[in-house]
Amino acid sequence: MSFVFWILAAITVAGGLAAVTLKNTVHCALALTAAFAGLALMFLELDAQFAGFAQILVYIGAVAILLVFAILLTRGAEEKTEKSVFSRTWFTGLVIAAAVFAVLAWAVLHSGAALPDHAGLPGPAPQVTVAQIGNALMGRYVLPLEIVALLLTAAMIGAVLVAMHEKGEPK
Amino acid sequence: MSFLLVAAVLFAIGLAGALTRRNAILVLIGIELMLNAANLNLVAFWRYGPHPEALTGMMFAVFSIAVAAAEAAVGLGLVIAIYRHARTVDLDEINRMKG
Amino acid sequence: MQEALQFAPQTAASGIARILWLIPALPIVASGAIALLKQPRRRLASGLAIGSLAASMVLAFAAFAHVVAGWASGYAVRETVNFAWLHFGTSAVELGWVLDPLAAVMLVMVTFVGLLIFIYSVGYMAHDENYTRFFCFLSLFAGAMLGVVIANSLLLLFMCWEIVGLTSYLLIGFWYQKPSAAAAAKKAFLTTRVGDIFFLLGIVWLFAQTGTLLFYSNGGGNLEPLALGMLLQTPAKLGLSAAGAIGLLIFAGAAGKSGQLPLHVWLPDAMEGPTPVSALIHAATMVAAGVYLIARVYPLMAAGILPGGTTTALTVVTWVGACTAVFAALIAVAQNDIKRILAYSTVSQLGYMMAGLGLGGVAVGMFHLITHAFFKALLFLGAGSVIHGCHEEQDVRHMGGLRRYMPLTFVTYGIGMLALCGVPIFFSGFWSKDAILESARGWPLSQIPYSLLVFGAVLTAFYMTRQVSYAFFGQYRGQGHPHESPRVMTTPLAVLAFGAITLGVIGTPAWPWFRAFLGNRAAGLDLHAFAEPAWLMLLLSACIIVIVGISLAWILYGNKSPSAEEPDTLEKAMPLVWRALSNRLYVDELYGVTVIAFYYWWARVADWLDRKLWGGIVAAVTWLFGLWAQFNRFLDDNFVNGGFDKGCEELSAGGGLMARVQSGREQSYLRLLALAVVILAVILIWSTRG
Repeated sequence: MSFVFWILAAITVAGGLAAVTLKNTVHCALALTAAFAGLALMFLELDAQFAGFAQILVYIGAVAILLVFAILLTRGAEEKTEKSVFSRTWFTGLVIAAAVFAVLAWAVLHSGAALPDHAGLPGPAPQVTVAQIGNALMGRYVLPLEIVALLLTAAMIGAVLVAMHEKGEPK
Repeated sequence: MSFLLVAAVLFAIGLAGALTRRNAILVLIGIELMLNAANLNLVAFWRYGPHPEALTGMMFAVFSIAVAAAEAAVGLGLVIAIYRHARTVDLDEINRMKG
Repeated sequence: MQEALQFAPQTAASGIARILWLIPALPIVASGAIALLKQPRRRLASGLAIGSLAASMVLAFAAFAHVVAGWASGYAVRETVNFAWLHFGTSAVELGWVLDPLAAVMLVMVTFVGLLIFIYSVGYMAHDENYTRFFCFLSLFAGAMLGVVIANSLLLLFMCWEIVGLTSYLLIGFWYQKPSAAAAAKKAFLTTRVGDIFFLLGIVWLFAQTGTLLFYSNGGGNLEPLALGMLLQTPAKLGLSAAGAIGLLIFAGAAGKSGQLPLHVWLPDAMEGPTPVSALIHAATMVAAGVYLIARVYPLMAAGILPGGTTTALTVVTWVGACTAVFAALIAVAQNDIKRILAYSTVSQLGYMMAGLGLGGVAVGMFHLITHAFFKALLFLGAGSVIHGCHEEQDVRHMGGLRRYMPLTFVTYGIGMLALCGVPIFFSGFWSKDAILESARGWPLSQIPYSLLVFGAVLTAFYMTRQVSYAFFGQYRGQGHPHESPRVMTTPLAVLAFGAITLGVIGTPAWPWFRAFLGNRAAGLDLHAFAEPAWLMLLLSACIIVIVGISLAWILYGNKSPSAEEPDTLEKAMPLVWRALSNRLYVDELYGVTVIAFYYWWARVADWLDRKLWGGIVAAVTWLFGLWAQFNRFLDDNFVNGGFDKGCEELSAGGGLMARVQSGREQSYLRLLALAVVILAVILIWSTRG
């Protein structure tokens, strides 16, 4: 419940909110980047430094850029629209989201007794070194590593194919 | 616990965005938010869980980040393909799969 | 007469007796074989029929010889072969055949006369297209008649009796395209049926009383003393004993078949059949079956007879016979169809036979039956020859002078006529009729039958002379040119004529062979019997009868050629009587008004019942069913079909509704997913908490 935590939380949540509510899509992407940053800082707060930097590298450095690119590439349709940015049935979605939140919150709050609070954290902060992570990756998590590698390859090829296919058609 | 709450809030916000916005890319943004919320959840549990030295939670989160990146790439590729075909990314109008 | 001691009985079945069943079986099998032949195989059909009957005749003669040999050795032959036919429980219905003098004589007569008629038919029916069918029926008839003759069981006799009735129906109605022939056949069958009902009643009663239907069976048969004694003791209605009552019932059956008084109406109409049929059935054999039946069950009819007396049954037989004799003779006087005259003559002579049975016993009646068979068959075949020669003309008023054109026919016909009239000494008819008159004379109860029979004899001479003078004397009044018949037809005539003359020999008082043979007594030659005064009286009276009858007719009709248009001489004299007689004393009309009218009324009632009542019930049930069917259809259409259609519509609508979930919009899918997750989570939490 430290002060830092609350500021970080505020940044993240505000960024998220902005990301889903702003009218201009590029603004949404940039807000998302702010949310990513907040999240990364929260990872650091949780002593998960590797995760935090990985977050910054991958999400902010790659995903967000990608999103911006995609938004810019598909911009043509947006200029002419006068309709709302929200779907016609936005209320249903909101309700469902609220329901999900309710469930999750209830779950969290009601099992909170089992989980010790931030203030009275029992254990000391684990000192995780990159060497340990590397060992873990090559040792215990080698299978997931390889599979994820495969996945990334497939994703890459797939994305290229999907994006390329249209170009092959005659004009 | 507050981390979990934040994660839950973030997840809800992401879901709301995915369900209510008309632009396909914003749906993807919502999905990224949701994934991130899950990651936060994972790390929080790892930090305050019984065995932080096993690195399970963090590794999970790292893998999750990697997968999310791949998925974002593919998804955006699809969106661009659809955009080329339908000239729009408005989800209300893309209903060729209507039953 | 010689009264010798009774012969010793011989009852063991000899070889010939064992194969006696072949005698009726051969013609029946031949009939079946002919039935399977095609119509064009004429020679084969007649060959089969004649061959089988010839074989039966040979066997019949062998049986006759056997019985004669036995008789000559002093035995009373009565050989029976019985077997059980229908088993039910411990008892059984038995059938069997018997060989005794009565059966032997009848067998010889039936097969011999029958064979001659078969040969005659080959010529007579040569131009008929249904030649094969004719011989099939003839054969069946012959076989059935022979079955009646040898039957030892009343049941077997009745079965063969019925087959005889059936074949006579088939043969009378042979030319069935003629409505008159079909009607005549039906009339014959129905009339004899009336008699047969009583016959059947008698059979059933007898079976109920004695438990068996066999005539002779080693002491246990119905005609043997034990059963007779029992039947005599049992009382029946009207003062009769059971024996007498059963006898009368059986006589009713015989009366139908032999055309006795109330049931005679079918016989004249039966002349619609071909002439050989008339000869065979209505002269020689079938009508004689009734007489034979009475002769066969004579012990039953005569049960309890005292010397010098008679039984009730026999009395009835006598009266019916005498009345029939006179009645038919009267009608015969006024007929113009050559065959019809002969038909009424047959009825009259059958009356004589029955009277003979009642008055004098088996031998008297049977002798007249045998002689009558010969000369009546001769007369019918001669009439057939005349009809054939005159190109199918049957009215005597259109004939005449035929003695010049058909001499052989004339001679034989004349012989037959003289035999029928009972011209003394030379002709067999005299001897047999004389025996009957003698018995009538000596009847204890009354002399009226005697007077009736004498009157009938006068009438017989009268109408026969009338017929002969019409047909053979005077001028020919018909169409075309008459011609003599072919040899195949005249030869049997000659043979029968020979028989008509010579058969008298076996019945003379000097040598009463026939009577002795049938009565199982010895017979010796005694010429002194001719000198007895009683017999001489009889001879005188017979001469008077014949002379009166013939001369009366000759005066009125002889050598004149009355044309068909003029009324008959007698008619001019007694017009009312003539009209009554020529209309057959209105018996048929009487029946038509009473019995038949009632029958038609009843048939109409039944028809009305059938159409309205039963038909109505059926219609009502059908209507109910229709209603039910309509109700079902209503249910089906509206509820089943409609329900099903509605269900399907709802399903489609539901499907349509469900399909709307597939909006094609990913966001709705996502929403649903999220919703599902929420619900699942709630459930999970609730389950773990609860």
